[in-house]
Amino acid sequence: MAAPLTLLLIVAVTIRAVLFRSSLAELIPERVEVVSPLNAWKRVVEGLALLDLGVSPYAGDVFHETPLIIYLFHFVIDYAEIVFMIADALTAVALYLAVKGYNKTVFRKQKYTLEAERYPLDCLELIHTPKEMYYIPLKVAMFYLLNPFTILSCVAKSTCGLNNAVIALFILCTVKGSALMSAIFLALATYQSIYPLTLFAPALLYLLQRLYIPVNWQRSSFWLFTMQYAFMYLGSLWVMVCLSFFLLSSWDFLSSVYGFILCVPDLTPNIGLFWYFFAEMFEHFRLFFICVFQINVFFYTIPLSIKLKEHPFFLIFMQIAVISIFKSYPTVGDIALYMAFLPAWNHLYRFLRNIFLVSVVLLACSALFPVLWHLWIYAGSANSNFYYAITLLFNVAQILLVSDYFYAYLRREHHLTHGLYLKRKDGSEATLVLK
Amino acid sequence: MPNLYDSYVQVNILVLYATHCFPTKCIFSVSHYRLFPTSLGQVISKFSVRELHISFTQGYRRTMQWGQTFLPSPPGAELWVWFQDTVTDVDVTWKELTNVLSGIFCASLNFIDSTNTVQPSASFKPLGVGNVTDQRFLRYAVLPREVVCTENLTPWKKAGYTSDLCQDWQCKSTAWELRQTLNVVFDLHSSGQSKREWSLFKMFSRTLTEACPLASSSKVDVTDNPQGELFELSPATPMLSQAVVLGNRRTYSQRVETCCALYFTESAMCQATGCRRGRSTPWCTTTTRTGPSPSSCWTPCPGTCVSTSHTLTVTSKGRDNKPSYIHYQPSKDRLRPHLLEMLVQLPPNSVIEVTVQFERALLKWTEYTPDPNHGFYVGSSVISALVPSVVAMDTNSTQERPLFSSFFPCKEESSYFMQVYTEPLLVNLPTPDFSMPYNVICLTCTVVAVGYGFLYNFLTSTFQVEEPSPGLAKRLANIICRLRGVPLL
Repeated sequence: MAAPLTLLLIVAVTIRAVLFRSSLAELIPERVEVVSPLNAWKRVVEGLALLDLGVSPYAGDVFHETPLIIYLFHFVIDYAEIVFMIADALTAVALYLAVKGYNKTVFRKQKYTLEAERYPLDCLELIHTPKEMYYIPLKVAMFYLLNPFTILSCVAKSTCGLNNAVIALFILCTVKGSALMSAIFLALATYQSIYPLTLFAPALLYLLQRLYIPVNWQRSSFWLFTMQYAFMYLGSLWVMVCLSFFLLSSWDFLSSVYGFILCVPDLTPNIGLFWYFFAEMFEHFRLFFICVFQINVFFYTIPLSIKLKEHPFFLIFMQIAVISIFKSYPTVGDIALYMAFLPAWNHLYRFLRNIFLVSVVLLACSALFPVLWHLWIYAGSANSNFYYAITLLFNVAQILLVSDYFYAYLRREHHLTHGLYLKRKDGSEATLVLK
Repeated sequence: MPNLYDSYVQVNILVLYATHCFPTKCIFSVSHYRLFPTSLGQVISKFSVRELHISFTQGYRRTMQWGQTFLPSPPGAELWVWFQDTVTDVDVTWKELTNVLSGIFCASLNFIDSTNTVQPSASFKPLGVGNVTDQRFLRYAVLPREVVCTENLTPWKKAGYTSDLCQDWQCKSTAWELRQTLNVVFDLHSSGQSKREWSLFKMFSRTLTEACPLASSSKVDVTDNPQGELFELSPATPMLSQAVVLGNRRTYSQRVETCCALYFTESAMCQATGCRRGRSTPWCTTTTRTGPSPSSCWTPCPGTCVSTSHTLTVTSKGRDNKPSYIHYQPSKDRLRPHLLEMLVQLPPNSVIEVTVQFERALLKWTEYTPDPNHGFYVGSSVISALVPSVVAMDTNSTQERPLFSSFFPCKEESSYFMQVYTEPLLVNLPTPDFSMPYNVICLTCTVVAVGYGFLYNFLTSTFQVEEPSPGLAKRLANIICRLRGVPLL
C-alpha cells in the first residue's frame, strides 16, 4: 500500500504547488471562510514584524497565535509553503496509519466475537470483510488530501493545517497505544486551541480498552491509569505554557490566545455561529450567551463518552465534529479533518437516512458563500443577513451529517446484537424506532 | 455673517503656562484676570496644565490655492495638552479636563476617551518654556466630526475679564500666554459680488472704528498676493515696502511680504475595494529646492480599522525610502487606537507616498454611530518637518512684534519647523442589519437547539421494535380495560 499512498502524496503536493504559483494564492488567504483571526497567515507575519519592531506581538489585537508558532516561524518563515505542504502530508500519513491500526483492532475483535458466536445469524452481512476494508486507509488519506477544503486551507497558509497535523498525530499515537506520545500531542493540540481538551476522554477510553482495563469506577487499575494519563497530559501542557512564558517573558499570550478564543471579541464573519449572534447581542446578555455557547462545545463529552464507551474511535470522530461545528472561529480546515474519517464508516451506508440532502446542502452552501460575500461586501446589493443565512444552513447541514452517522452507527450496533431482520411478535416485519 | 460656501473656518487657542518652579514649591496661584477668561484660567490651574492647544476647524484648507495657514490644524476638533509633572494620574485628569472643556467651549469634547487618545512620542513637543519631554504627560486627541460654531467662543463672550495675566503685582514675569487665531476663508463670488472688490464692511457688516480697547496695540496687515492680480488698497497707505509702519488708529499698513514658498502639500487617500480591506495612503509633495529635510510623519488610526504594520511602505521617487525610526503602537480593540510615528528623510522635489494596509472590522451593533452608513472618520496624519532654508525675511521688522515672529520664526539660512495635517479619511465599515437582534438570537439558538436535540435523542433513547397501533375499537376497549384493571387486549 505504500505505492498508492506515495502516488497520492505526489498528486496532492503537485496540486498545492501549482496553486501556490497561480494568482489564486493572493485571493485565497483573504477569504473569511478559509482563514479566521486565529489562524490567518497575514497575522503571523504581522506578529513577527511587530517583534522585529520591538513591540510585543500581543500588544495589539492582531496576533492570536501561541508563542511556539512564533518560535517555529521565526526560523522557517521563508519556507512557509513547504511547511504547510509537509503538514498536510503528515496529517494524511498519520490518518492512514491510524485507520489501518484501527482496522486491525476491529478485525481482531470481530474474529473473537465470531468465534464466540455472539453475532446473530442473519447479520453476517453486516460484518466487515477484508476486501472492503483493504482500501479504507487509502481512501481516508485521499479524502483528506484531495478535499477542496484542505487544499484551500493549505494554499491560504492557515495554521489550521498545523493544528490538524497535531490532532492526526495524537490519533495515531492513541491507536498505536503509546500513552506518553498521545498525551504530549494532545497537550500540544490543547495548547494551540483549547477545544481538543474534550479529546482527553476518548483517548483515555481507547487506551484503557487497548490495555484491557475495564471502565469501572470501583477498580483501582482504572483510576491508576487515568491518573497516569492525566498527569502526563497536564504535565506536558504545563511545560508548554512555561516555555511560552520564557519566550517573551510575559503572560500576555494567555489573554491574547485563550482569552480571545473564549471571549470572542472579534466579530469577523466566518462560517460559524458566533459572529453574527454576538454582533447583534444585547450587551446585558453578552456574558451569559458566551458562557452558553462555550459550554455547548464541552458538555457533549460526558454523555457521548458514556454512550460510546465501547467505541472510542467513533467517539473521537464525534468529538472532532462537535468541536469543528461549535467552536468560536471555525474554518473549512477544521471541517476537512472530520470529513476525512467518513470513508472509515463506509459500512454504515445502508443505514444513513439523509445523506443525499446533506451532501447537496453542503455543496450548495459552499458555492453560495463566496457569492453572497461578494454581494454584501463588494456589490453592496445584499446585506449581512444573506451571508448569515448561508452560515446557518451550512451548520445545520453539518449537524445533520454528524447525527446521521451517529444514528447509523448506533443502529448497526443494535443489529449486531439483536439481528438484522427483526420480527414482531406476530412474525411480520418490524421497524425500529428510537424511544 | 457672510456666506461661507466652499470655505474654511479655523479657530485656534493656545495657552502656555510658564511655571517657575523652585526646588521646594511651585507658584501656581494667579489671581489677576483682566485679559484672560476666568473660566479657562481656573480650568488650567485646577488640572495642572502646562500647555493646552485646542483648535476647531471646519472645511478643508486648499493650501495650493490659498497658501499655508499660520497655525495648521486638522479638520474637526483637536486637543493636545502637556500636563505638569505634579499630576499623578494623567488619564483621569485628561478625562476630567476634556469634560470640563467640553462644557466651556460648547463642543462635544466629552467624546474624547481612551479610544481616540494617544501619546505621541516625537511629533508634539511643548512650545513654551520647560524642557520636560516626558511623554507620559502628553495627551493628544482629535475628533474629525466636530463642527465649528460661534458657541465655541463662549469663554470670550462672557464677562470674565477681571484680572491680567501677570504673576506678580509689578508684572515683571509672564505666567501665562494665550494665543488665539481665527482663520476664515471667504468665497468672493458666492457672496454676491460681481465686481472684484471687497471691504471690511461687506465682509463683516461693520467697519473698524477704533483699536481694540483691551490691547496695547492693534495692527491690520494686508498682504499682497505676488502671484495673483494686483489690488489697490483704499484708503491708501504710503508704505509699500518691506518695512512696517507701526500704526494706531486708522492706519493701515501694507506690507508686501514674500510668502514662504510652499514647501509641503499634503493629501491623504484611502484606496479600498468594498467594505473589507483598504490602504491608507497619505502622500506629501515637497517642493524644496535644497537638501532633504527630516520629518516625522505621524498617523493615527482608530481601532475599527485593524492595520498591519508589516504592510507599511514608504516610497519616494519610485524607490523605497526606509524610515530611520519607527514608533508603532498597535491598537487594542475598544481600548486605544493605532499610533504610527516615523522619522523619514524627505528628498527635495519629490512625491512621498506612505502606504499602510488595513482591514475593516465588523463591530457590535451598539458600537456604530447613529448614521452608520456615513462611515467612520480616520483622523488626520501629521507631518512635522524641519525645512532647511527659507526665503530671507527682514528680521528688523519682526522684533517688536512677538506674535508675528512666532508665526514666522525664520531667519536666513535656518531650519524652519512646519507642521502639516492631511485631510481625514472617511471609511465605510460593513454593517450588520440593525433591525435583526431578536431574529438573529432566535435563529442561531434554533440551530444550536437542533444540534442539541439530535444528540439528546440519540443519547437517551434506545432502539425498539415498533408495535403497530391498534384500530380504533381496540383502543377504546383498552381504555376500558385499563380502568377496570384488567389485562389489555
